[in-house]
Formats: sequence, C-alpha cells, structure tokens
Amino acid sequence: MNQIVHINDVSKSFVTERGLAVSALEKANLEIYRGEFVCIVGPSGCGKSTLLRIISGLERSDTGQTTYNDRRLEQPHRDVGMVFQEYSVLPWRTVLDNVCLGLEFLREKKATRVEIAMHYLGLVGMARFAEAFPYELSGGMRQRVAIARALATDPQVLLMDEPFGALDAHTRILMQKELLRIWRETQKTVILVTHSVDEAVYLADRIVVMTARPGKIREVIDVGLEHPRDRSNPKYARMTARILDTLEEEVVAAGEF
Amino acid sequence: MHNHYHRVLSLATVLAFLALWSWAAMVVGNKVILPTVSEVADLLSRPTEDLLSMGSLLTNITVSLLRVLLGYMVAVIIAIPLGVAMGYYSAVHTMFGDFLNLFRPIPPLAWVPLVMAWFGIASLADLFGVDRGLWFIYLNNFKYSMVFIIFIGAFYPVLTSSIHGVRNVNRVFIDTARVLGAGEFDIFRKILLPAALPSMVNGMRIGLGVAWMCLVSAEMLPGSISGVGYLITHAYTMASTDIVVAGMFTIGLTGAIMDWLFRRIERRCFSWQRLAR
Repeated sequence: MNQIVHINDVSKSFVTERGLAVSALEKANLEIYRGEFVCIVGPSGCGKSTLLRIISGLERSDTGQTTYNDRRLEQPHRDVGMVFQEYSVLPWRTVLDNVCLGLEFLREKKATRVEIAMHYLGLVGMARFAEAFPYELSGGMRQRVAIARALATDPQVLLMDEPFGALDAHTRILMQKELLRIWRETQKTVILVTHSVDEAVYLADRIVVMTARPGKIREVIDVGLEHPRDRSNPKYARMTARILDTLEEEVVAAGEF
Repeated sequence: MHNHYHRVLSLATVLAFLALWSWAAMVVGNKVILPTVSEVADLLSRPTEDLLSMGSLLTNITVSLLRVLLGYMVAVIIAIPLGVAMGYYSAVHTMFGDFLNLFRPIPPLAWVPLVMAWFGIASLADLFGVDRGLWFIYLNNFKYSMVFIIFIGAFYPVLTSSIHGVRNVNRVFIDTARVLGAGEFDIFRKILLPAALPSMVNGMRIGLGVAWMCLVSAEMLPGSISGVGYLITHAYTMASTDIVVAGMFTIGLTGAIMDWLFRRIERRCFSWQRLAR
C-alpha cells in the first residue's frame, strides 16, 4: 500500500490565557496509507484534535512536518477535507447551498455545483432534504450534510474530528454504519478522532492510541476484523477491553481524572 | 382569539392614557400648559395645513426624515466595514478600540458648539455650489452640522453591533470555510457577513432610533429653518403647545413605524437565527 499522509516528528504547544505553555503534542510520528480507515483515540486533552488540525492545515506544527503525497501541508489543501464535531452546517443556508459551499470557493459554475452537491446528498441519503434549513434537521442529519459538504470537493483524505460526539447512542451506531458504507463507496482515506474506543474498534483498520498530555503516539493497533463487525465477537470485546485498559493506565498515570 | 385579546389589551392602555390626558386637560383648563386631546387630534387630522407659516406637519416631517436618513446612511456606511474589521482583526480593534471608546460617552448634543464652529450654517447647497433657486431651498435644509450630530448618534450602536456580530461568529464556520479552500474575501462575504447580519441589522434598528432622537437637538441648531424639531421649538416660543404636542406625536409615530419596518425585515430575513435555537 502506498503512503498518502506522513506525520514526522510533529510537536505543538500552546500558551494558555494565563501565560502557561502547554505541550499538546510531542514528537508524533504516523504514516497513513491510501484508502485506509484510521481512528485516533486517547484521553481528553491528549492533542488528538490538534493533530487533526495540523493535518488539515488549520494549524501549524512547532517542529516536524506533515506531508501529503510527499508535499508539505502548511495550509488547507484541496485534497484534505474535514468534518467537525460541532454542528458546522451554516444555519442561514439550505442543505443544498451548504454542500455547494466548497464548490463556490473553487469557482465552479452554478449548474455544476448543484449537480455535484445533489450527487453527494444522494450518497449520504439526504437528497430529499436539499431545500431544508439546518434547524429543520436532526443532529445526525446535520452531520450527514457536513459529510456531504466535505466530500463535494472530492478530497482524497477525509479528516473527522469526533463527528458523532454530539449524537445520541442509537443515532451514533447508525451513523457509524453509514460512514462505513460511504467510505467503501468513495474509497477515501479517513482519519477519525474519537473518544469512544468502541467506535474506533467498530470502524478502523488501524487504531492510533495516544498518551495523556503531552500527547505522544503510544501504539498503533491493527484491528484485523472483517466488516461488518460484530460487537458480540469475543475478539472485538477483547480488543476494546485492552485499549480501554491502556487508556485507563494513561489517565491514572497523568493523575487527570 | 389570543391575538385579538392582545390587541384589546394594548388598545386599552392607549385609551386609558387618552382619558387621563383629557381629564388632566380639563382640570388644568389652560391650553398653553396642556392642550386638549381634540385640539391635537384636530391638528393631526390636517397634516398638510401650513402651521405658523413654517410649513405643514407633513413637509416638516419629510424634511426631518430625509435629514435623519442622510446622517444615518453616512454612519452605517462607515460603521459596518469598520465594525467588521474590528471584530475580525484584533490589530484593527487595538488600533481603534480605545480611541473610539473615548468619544462614545460624549452625548451628541455636546458636539453642538464645536460643530457650529466648524460648519456654521454650511449645507449641501454649498457642497454642490448652488446658491439660489428651488434646489438651494431643498439642499440648504441639509446642514452639515445636523448631519454630523445625527451621524454621531447612529454611529456607535451600528459599530458596536457589527463588532459584536463578527466576534460571535462560530469559529467552526470559519474553519470549515478555510478547509474548503476559502480566501479571506470569501470568508468575509460568505461567512462573516451573513453570520453577523442579524446583529448588524439589530444595531441598525437601534441606531436609527438614536438618530431620530438626535434630530430634535440637531434641528434646534441655529440656521435651521424647517423640520419637526424646529417646528416644536418655534411653536413653543409662540406658546402654541398644541403644535408642540402634535409635533411630538408625529416624531413618535414616525420612529415607531421605522422600528416596526426594521423588525419586519428581521423577522422575514433572519428566521434561521430564531429557529436555530
């Protein structure tokens, strides 16, 4: 498999409002391969979102570098899309116009925009809500729109920062299934940050487990289970339990609970 | 049914006020101190009739309205871009923030002496170099001094709400646009402006209210020869209190109608904001 994103010795620290320097990420190294589904899990505040923001080009690392197809990522790149945890669907735009947003920035013609947007709305099962406003939609539907919007500009890599974090448990499981289907159909490379170990084990080809602050990559686990995964499979349960134990260890060691 | 009940309630307050006024006018029995309801209503029912050879209520209110709109427009045109820039770029906020806050507490009326010294009775007629004829009469109504006072009054509410509107734009909207490849201008036009618009329009509504209130003081300035504010002050010196009250009522009604129009626009255009909660 060929490498698509390479994270090399990436560190990042922040200065808090009280003037304290906090190291969010320390010497992270990671290779992502084309078409794979990678989940990043870790204790809260371990810098997993920071890592994602660095890959997206929204933030710069202090040291080290991130490359996409061997080219440095220093600002948002057309081939790297992102779905956020919070509802990022613009409330003043209809569903269709939301999905068109990125295409507008790319200066696509109106007819082309609508055609592409409708295709992706169809893919996420939201075509019949094209003219609806976000306030008319449920949380799960809004995230479907956000996914369609991120896909509309046809990025190769889709970054997802706790995309289902705000959803209720049931909707969340349905959305995970949907995401796997969309991933298979579009063959994108997905990097998804989550605090749910179950979600990671359910979705990922590989799981990146991070340490407590300052965030380092502790281990990378090959899940090696066939899709669709069965939550009652003993292997599934063992893997979930092992990762949870690791995370507990991290949190206890950091004394942050 | 419910709506009907509300209408009756709000009408009841107005009727009670009119009754109290009628009773007080009867007790006072001096129309210079307190004119009767019917005297004022009589004046209001003939809005096109010339009063004290200063023009009719309608002409004066039109002149006032145009003045307010002129000063108001200048304020909006300057305050909105400045407010957006101050809300978005912290450097711009640092540059102008303290400076503008220094002037904010000064009541518009306190500017009058200075403004008179600057502009005297210069008006738009001077700007366009017209010194006689019908156009002179029209343009001479728009004194720089008045426009300036109205400008000061309307400027701050619009500025503050623009800054506030832009600052409160959800960061995730801006990040979303960035990742999708938006340039600075794209972000301004497709994210900041629409997201901050409800707050801006709210500020514009408040600003218009303040501008309208600044009008009376602006029209009391020397050199003013028309406008409702002038009509009121002049009527006062002539002891025509009924005209004073009729003028006041006209100001109130016009202001209320403008406010109502703005609210209508807000409800129509920004339903997404109300319903998004």
